[in-house]
Amino acid sequence: MTQTQITTNQSANQQNGETSKFIGLETQGVHAWFGKHHALSNVSLRFPERTVTGLIGPSGCGKSTFIRLLNRMHEFIPSAAMAGSVLLNGSDIYAPEEDPAMIRLKVGMVFQKPNPFPAMTIRENVLAGIKLAHLKRSNHDEIVEQCLTRAGLWKEVKDRLQASGGSLSGGQQQRLCIARSLAVEPQVLLMDEPCSALDPGSTLRIEETIKELAEKITVIIVTHNMQQASRVSDHCAFFLTDGGPGYLVEADATRKMFTNPTDSRTADYVQGKFG
Amino acid sequence: MSTVANAGQLTTAEPRRPWAVSRSKRLLGFGRMLTFAVAAFVATILTPLANFDGWAVAFLLINLAWVIGIASKLGAKERRDAVLRVVITSLAVLAFVPWLSILVTVILKGYRAVYPGYFISDMRTSTPDDELNIGGAGHAIVGSLIMVAIATVVTLPLGILTGIYLTEVRGRLTFLVRFIVQSMAGVPSVVAGLFIFATVVKSMGQYSGLAGGLALAVLMLPTVSRTAEEVLKLVPDDIRSAGYALGARQWRTALLVVLPTVRAGLSTAAILGVARVIGETAPLLLTSLNTNGFVWNPIGGTVASLPTYIFAMFMYGTEYSNARAWTGSLVLLALVFFFFIIARRLGNKSALKANANRRK
Repeated sequence: MTQTQITTNQSANQQNGETSKFIGLETQGVHAWFGKHHALSNVSLRFPERTVTGLIGPSGCGKSTFIRLLNRMHEFIPSAAMAGSVLLNGSDIYAPEEDPAMIRLKVGMVFQKPNPFPAMTIRENVLAGIKLAHLKRSNHDEIVEQCLTRAGLWKEVKDRLQASGGSLSGGQQQRLCIARSLAVEPQVLLMDEPCSALDPGSTLRIEETIKELAEKITVIIVTHNMQQASRVSDHCAFFLTDGGPGYLVEADATRKMFTNPTDSRTADYVQGKFG
Repeated sequence: MSTVANAGQLTTAEPRRPWAVSRSKRLLGFGRMLTFAVAAFVATILTPLANFDGWAVAFLLINLAWVIGIASKLGAKERRDAVLRVVITSLAVLAFVPWLSILVTVILKGYRAVYPGYFISDMRTSTPDDELNIGGAGHAIVGSLIMVAIATVVTLPLGILTGIYLTEVRGRLTFLVRFIVQSMAGVPSVVAGLFIFATVVKSMGQYSGLAGGLALAVLMLPTVSRTAEEVLKLVPDDIRSAGYALGARQWRTALLVVLPTVRAGLSTAAILGVARVIGETAPLLLTSLNTNGFVWNPIGGTVASLPTYIFAMFMYGTEYSNARAWTGSLVLLALVFFFFIIARRLGNKSALKANANRRK
């Protein structure tokens, strides 16, 4: 992966008159508002397929808002508004003819707090997306085993698939949520601080899961943990706010971001000097 | 060398409760209360205070006097605590008294006519004035259960759908719907009866269990809708978000994720609605009236029900008919009690389960 695959604060159209469509997820000049509050300003980023991108930055800089824009969860907030475009394999997910439910099927999401469906068993939780989205699948057992294995949970729960999803520990619940998102075969998986409520052991296991996932899908992860960002991500994007709307400071290959960033604020942040 | 004292050593320990009130102190407190109770009883004899109310007032006053008496020994905060404790405890007991009085009266007056046949016989071959081992209220119990069942079948889907509209859909009419539901909760029950009388009874040309059930449904709907709304509000938003993030449409999420999460809460809503209407008399007098025999057909004319049975027996006004009425009240009370216990059981279970899930 080359560093130029991520562009900073400039529209992809401006790049050498590139015409062939970009495979992966791409944002062009994205803004977000909540009512009159301008939360995020002008973010243009590219997420090539089968990579892990870490979004870092202090609290309140719009990372979560940004990630929720990528699968149209932003619009559930009544006062929310946005500008710019988000392209999945070249087509705008905010185009009028696009169905948000179908977008969310392709761009899955794992939340900060583990949220398995309490009324369902572990097995039902994994298959929930298939049932909810009316997908036609016949090999349910296979899907359950495969998704739980990919989420690193299969060995722990294979003998109690009929237990309630809520009976698992926090870390296991979060991996169950990852397995649940994988069952609908998304192209992109968004993770909003997936490890913030977990112990180091569970965190480590989820990080391993993320690395394995990146062999097949695109992962975008918001994290406050610098070590985590450096461990799991191929690219990093650094967000910041100066009291106004959050904006993108710089985005680059993770190694460069952590050793030799262009912007001095990035260097200060990744070294823990503020934030 | 270890820095921890006794490290590695097994020490024996007795489980104790250093915070517990000692037995002698508790005995002392109990003895004091007993003395005050007796003193209050003496006061009802010596002073114009009379009956249970008078005893309660005397008891409260003696307690207060005692608290004020020891107040000089206490600090300001402890004094306030002691006085407030006496006042609040007394008021709580006082609030409990009418309820207990109703229960005790119904049991004392109602047990006389209880015999197995009371639950399976009707009044076709016996008059209200017959010996208490003849006849019964089986037809009234059956009629009540049939009408309540009709009301539940009509109300439950409507109530749950209303709850879903108010919490999940949140459409443009949310405010209006909520307003109507809340005002419907205040509709006098006789008006509900008149409404069904004017529509169903008039058009069918006869009184019926169906009409009675529908009248009860009118009264039950607001209770079920509001409870369903409250229950659905308890579902955390992140569960809904998880559904949406999996590519589910709103109605699928509501149906397959949100509703199963509150299954127990919704049965509580249904049972609260049942308890609300099972004792209604006025609407049934206008819609199903009363009869002496078992009626299993909901559109086969007048049907007996427990409230109208009780009403008719009291109107007859003899010793035995009154006893039958009291027993009817006891059965009605027992049914409501029974339904509430089920509701509590289901409610607690679901709450516990949800909490256990959320805490982890």
